[in-house]
Amino acid sequence: MSLHFEILLQQIINGLVLGSVYALVALGYTMVYGILKLINFAHGDVVMIGAMTSLTIANAITSLVPGLPGPLVLLIALAGAAPICAALGTMIERIAYRPLRNAPRLAPLITAIGVSMILQTSAMLIWGRNYYTFPEFISNQPIGFFGASITPVQIMIVVLAGALMYGLHLMIDRTRLGCAMRAVSENHAVARLMGVNVSGIISITFIIGSALACVAGLMVAANYNIVHYYMGFALGLKAFIAAVLGGIGNLKGAMLGGILLGLIESLGAGYIGTLTGGFLGSHYQDVFAFFVLIVVLVFRPAGLMGERVAERA
Amino acid sequence: MFIHLRKTVSLALAAVFLVACGNKEESAVGGDAADSAELNVLLGSGASLTGNIAHLGKDHENGVRMAIEDINAAGWKIGGKTLKLSVMSEDDQGDPKQASLVAQKLVDAKVAGVIGHVTSGPTITASQAYNDAGIPQVSPSATNPKYTQQGFKGAFRVMANDIQQGAVLGAYATKQLGAKRIAIIDDRTAYGQGLADEVEKAAKAAGAEIVTREYTKNDATDFKAQLTSIKAKKPDAVFYGGMDAQAGPLAKQAKQLGLTVKLLAGDGGCTPAFMELAGDAAEGAYCSQTGLPLSDMPKGTDFATRFKEKVGQEVQIYAPYAYDAVFVLAEAMVRANSADPAVYLPEISRTSLDGVSGKIEFDHKGDLRNGAVTVYQIKGGKLQVLEVVGGDGPVAQATAAVQATADVAKEVGAATVKAVTDAASPAVAATK
Repeated sequence: MSLHFEILLQQIINGLVLGSVYALVALGYTMVYGILKLINFAHGDVVMIGAMTSLTIANAITSLVPGLPGPLVLLIALAGAAPICAALGTMIERIAYRPLRNAPRLAPLITAIGVSMILQTSAMLIWGRNYYTFPEFISNQPIGFFGASITPVQIMIVVLAGALMYGLHLMIDRTRLGCAMRAVSENHAVARLMGVNVSGIISITFIIGSALACVAGLMVAANYNIVHYYMGFALGLKAFIAAVLGGIGNLKGAMLGGILLGLIESLGAGYIGTLTGGFLGSHYQDVFAFFVLIVVLVFRPAGLMGERVAERA
Repeated sequence: MFIHLRKTVSLALAAVFLVACGNKEESAVGGDAADSAELNVLLGSGASLTGNIAHLGKDHENGVRMAIEDINAAGWKIGGKTLKLSVMSEDDQGDPKQASLVAQKLVDAKVAGVIGHVTSGPTITASQAYNDAGIPQVSPSATNPKYTQQGFKGAFRVMANDIQQGAVLGAYATKQLGAKRIAIIDDRTAYGQGLADEVEKAAKAAGAEIVTREYTKNDATDFKAQLTSIKAKKPDAVFYGGMDAQAGPLAKQAKQLGLTVKLLAGDGGCTPAFMELAGDAAEGAYCSQTGLPLSDMPKGTDFATRFKEKVGQEVQIYAPYAYDAVFVLAEAMVRANSADPAVYLPEISRTSLDGVSGKIEFDHKGDLRNGAVTVYQIKGGKLQVLEVVGGDGPVAQATAAVQATADVAKEVGAATVKAVTDAASPAVAATK
């Protein structure tokens, strides 16, 4: 019995961590969507660029100043990579989305996919096709927890995802900038009449969204200790599903959707075989997750937390 | 001002184009002049140049390009003309759907032969188009048995297949490592699942129990849910059927979860990338390659050095086989005295080539005769040979114990051939 409990607890932890990874990426997705009603498919690739540049910077630091403590190296890497991602985000917005602001909504979707391909290919040209190991700057050694195990990086991911969500929520709810963002999200033209610099706000949204992507990239890399130019694609897709599940455009929804998706995948893969007596195996992991997504969307087409328009980022 | 700039730019562009065209014409004229002496033959290469296993696809492509340079430098004669090979390298992204498009593209370009593809799923899907067009295909690395079981005259492979590999791995895990309870996880590709099925059969035949079959995907990075389930079943060993990009993090996560059992993988997980990604979790893991170790290959050391010089990277795994595959095609052309697929294709089955990877001869299906399977253990970040089954490697002839396992492997292999034929179709259907 206790073994069963340990396994269940481990699966819940697995799901929570995986879900927080999704949530970290989904936050950026959902924020841009909330303001612009644009699905920024390039977001996953900005996550990848964040991970790749962090790795490059971190490696440069460790070779220049050996012996620095890992978390410090990671912080410096983040401080270096976040502006790069932010600049990249603004550039993407300028080049691929701003000229299409008044075009039909499908047009920027297509350019988003184009940007995603360009980012992937550029990363392939810069960093090559090889997989890189992301060094263990924060310990990835397991800590026992009632018979289950969790690593410090994983605890950080869960905490960080929650903290970022809460911070963003506060910013959008309480600050003047957030107020302007909400105004832009409601109606560009009216916001402009009220004296809001719409283009500026959109740029800031992309800067924040891309910096978030950078943080997500760094944490994903630190957790799995692996970076590759293609890593953003699958991650971005899962995060997008998480955002839709929670109600795209809603920050709390992204968090909820991410964690829910993580738990569904983890518990699905862990127990679907046992529950069906081996009839369905862990390859139904995704089928199970999408099934839940469809059920949710049938009953709540705007996602779990999607209906509260006023709370939209 | 803007118009001015635009004009200048377009003029500059036009100039560049003119120059480029000029160059092209010049070289075309040069080609014509030398035409009496040169026979230009276009080969096709299908490999995963982008996507999850782009590093292995590039390894393949580098092997192909190196072979072509060597053959062109050697100046082989066909019908009195010097053979000049060139390659049309296409990207299948490691995806069977994309592979059929690539195959059509290569067929339309009328390539004289194809080297590829890298993994089994794409190889099998693409083989149909090549067969329909009568173009020979030599895969350097597709190990799924189904590939050569379709009855295609032009389908060859230059390494052992998964019936052999699975038999060796399954028997090794059970007999040598003493594993009685084995858990298997695979990535649902034709390669991963096919190999996992073979390992399961061989392990069962050798008396082990398969405690669970778990599944993941070939683009996954998180395996904790599956590994936790596996941990609950208390196995002695875990086998992963899939590629290095997954095997690496999988090994790491198994260690984090406290699943400290023997870990085994096939050729897709037997690469430098696996060792790098798994870090210290790779220590003590076992893996196999469907060929000899590079250092035991007749011309392996020389090849590795030249490869490093030319490409600037270590051989991942498949480059020597891709290199040999080009030679298989080129030599058949020379023997047939023609680069016409219809004429030289029958010659391929009469191949007897001392390649980089070893002696290459084909059986009636197009499989490598006497293919070797090597089992390694990772020690100190290096692949250490534990045993070589089959092939002509020096290690194979040295140890008697090896022969014993080879016999076991052969028995198991023979017993499973029929079963595999039946089981292979769903395996392929399930690819991605």
